[in-house]
Amino acid sequence: MSAAVVPPIPPPPHRLGARLLRSSLVDLLLGPHGVDRYLELVRPVATVTEARAEVIDVRRQTPRSATLTLRPNSAWTGFQAGQFVRAGFEIGGVRRTRTYSPAGAEQDGHECLELTVTVHPEGLVSRHVRDALAPGALVHLGPAQGEFVLSRPRPRRLVLISGGSGVTPVMAMLRTLCAEGHDGEIVFLHYARAREDWLYEPEVRELARRHRHLRASYRSTRGPGAGPRLSADSLAADFGVSDDSWAAVCGPPALLEAARTAWRELGGVRERLLAETFTPAPLADPGAVAQGTVSFLRSGRRVPIAGGTLLEQAEAAGLSPEFGCRMGICHTCTCRKAEGAVRNLRTGVLSTEQDEDIQLCVSAPAGDVALEL
Amino acid sequence: MDTHTRPELTDEQIAALGDELDELRGRLIMDLGQRDTDYIRRIIKLQRALEVTGRGLLFAGFLPPAWVGGTAALALSKILDNMEIGHNVMHGQYDWTKDPALDSKRFEWDTACPGDQWRHSHNYMHHTHTNVLGRDRDIGYGVLRMSEDQPWRPRDLGNPVYAALLAAFFQWGVAVHDLEVERIEAGEIEWSDKRDILAAIWRKGRRQVLKDYVVFPALAGPGAPFVLAGNLTANLTRNLWSYMIIFCGHFPAGVAEFSEEEVEGETRGGWYLRQMLGSANLTGSRLFHILSGNLSHQIEHHLFPDIPAHRYAEIATEVRAICERYGLPYNTGPLHRQFGSVVRKICRLALPGPRGRDGRRPEPDPERAADPRPFPETAAEPNLALAA
Repeated sequence: MSAAVVPPIPPPPHRLGARLLRSSLVDLLLGPHGVDRYLELVRPVATVTEARAEVIDVRRQTPRSATLTLRPNSAWTGFQAGQFVRAGFEIGGVRRTRTYSPAGAEQDGHECLELTVTVHPEGLVSRHVRDALAPGALVHLGPAQGEFVLSRPRPRRLVLISGGSGVTPVMAMLRTLCAEGHDGEIVFLHYARAREDWLYEPEVRELARRHRHLRASYRSTRGPGAGPRLSADSLAADFGVSDDSWAAVCGPPALLEAARTAWRELGGVRERLLAETFTPAPLADPGAVAQGTVSFLRSGRRVPIAGGTLLEQAEAAGLSPEFGCRMGICHTCTCRKAEGAVRNLRTGVLSTEQDEDIQLCVSAPAGDVALEL
Repeated sequence: MDTHTRPELTDEQIAALGDELDELRGRLIMDLGQRDTDYIRRIIKLQRALEVTGRGLLFAGFLPPAWVGGTAALALSKILDNMEIGHNVMHGQYDWTKDPALDSKRFEWDTACPGDQWRHSHNYMHHTHTNVLGRDRDIGYGVLRMSEDQPWRPRDLGNPVYAALLAAFFQWGVAVHDLEVERIEAGEIEWSDKRDILAAIWRKGRRQVLKDYVVFPALAGPGAPFVLAGNLTANLTRNLWSYMIIFCGHFPAGVAEFSEEEVEGETRGGWYLRQMLGSANLTGSRLFHILSGNLSHQIEHHLFPDIPAHRYAEIATEVRAICERYGLPYNTGPLHRQFGSVVRKICRLALPGPRGRDGRRPEPDPERAADPRPFPETAAEPNLALAA
């Protein structure tokens, strides 16, 4: 599918009034709740300090994916190709946040965001996105983050390698470079389970037809049409690795490992291989002490998981988080869990979402966990 | 302690009581969802609409109907903001929605008291140490003599006067609660220990005063006196209302108090028991419950302070049945009776004594003791959720 198919985006509303609405006088008059708590009642996407977006289009490129086109509001500050954003969807009265890498060109990033979501059979959010989300729906956005971005000046020789839904950040890079009129060599290699899972294939082929510096190749890894997996030999056949070569790789851990090995064997500069992956953490059984690490993000401390509650473990690590009742009543120790899995010892409920508030005094880690502490 | 209202339960019974209530809590938590999010958003929408309407009407406050309507709308807005929304959101009742606007840690309310201080003095100090004399600073708010066990001092003669002043300036009374002035007075801590608390009260209070008493009146130009008077009246109304509701939570006759020794080594079941014996409900209409922030279901609220408050009415029958099974009192009554009982207590405790024969408590309210029915009031109201 080519970029031209994306529906035209009307100019975002409220941009002119946004400065007035963000003024300190308005903040005083509409305090303590703030201007967004009033604006959202008129139109949920019309907030001026919280980044939000409206769904413009939902399309299915492949049976196992859904591609969203979003129009962000004036509080959204754009992204660099390759970065990720946290997108929140309200499902059953609860906001569920997931991380996605926008796939669009960063030049359009203020007006338009494209998210391609791989649908997992059990995935609460991904199934909601595919089956229930309709144009007009609201999406909450966090700021763009991540170091998986292209250097400036742009690499003269670049290979973009992706596996499965890892295509999105490298697609953003490819579209950004094409929109810039970049004339360096680009090789685009995508690995997916089967042909029906190839994401963005028509558009990439079209780009390759129009940009003679771009070569693209799609490969299936399973079934009758399966081709060779990524290796030094296969990479050397597509891309001549030299000292001025760069690689950007995004996909499952095995693909990253294969890319790193091939890069090393072909003599690529280690720092010029950019990599990003996504790994689900293994979970401990109830009652067992989990294996892994507790990261305290604000204080920069990391400790191996020990027995007891997270409050006790934070204190043992030399931190002094606020606490009150130490029995799960008063919520004084409530703390933002950035990611990871914890179990509520009072209710047995497992928390695996990103950006979830947990009560430290009645929570124990169920795997690696990162806390805003 | 008041043996008339405190049945003796064995440790096993207390543990079983705790298990039953934990089970009820677990059921409630599993059931939370869209209905609760929708409910609180509807209340918020109503509150913001009342606020905007009230402030708008007050700009035409030179017309008497506009002034009355505007003031009433603003007062209702502040009552909803502080009680059904602020108090409940800051308890963490909606943290599970993961909506930052409903996040207990971030929420600020339209009153002088900084949210952070409230979360400490109320959620922790009061809800953990409910009715434990010497620990629960809500017993008299450091100003009033509300218990026989607080030694009488001559200045307590002013108890009714202090109570009336506290009611009129309740938002400021709540705002300075965490300063613990009585401990400063007693020399336990210094003013300098409370510098940060004081600074935060100043920052929040100043903005509230500027907004209600300077900037909004100024925006009305020649109509400034009407806006000022309307805002003052709305704040006063909210103060009196919230004072009445809150004082009915733990001070009506028949509510038990506890000593620090009694709660030493308290189990989870024991904590539940103390919440049940130490709280009192109010009966009334659905609207009354909403305007009281469902603190009219104080017993249910103290058992499950982080469960969305609009659910309390739904579980009241079950909680009451549990009380009945364990022979526990379920203290409830209409506002006029419960508040009347509070006022009598405030006046009586202005004077030293009277104490019981053994130098302990006075006899309980004869009106109550004479009532042979275990549950003199009608059953709890049905489902409170607003119609969609």
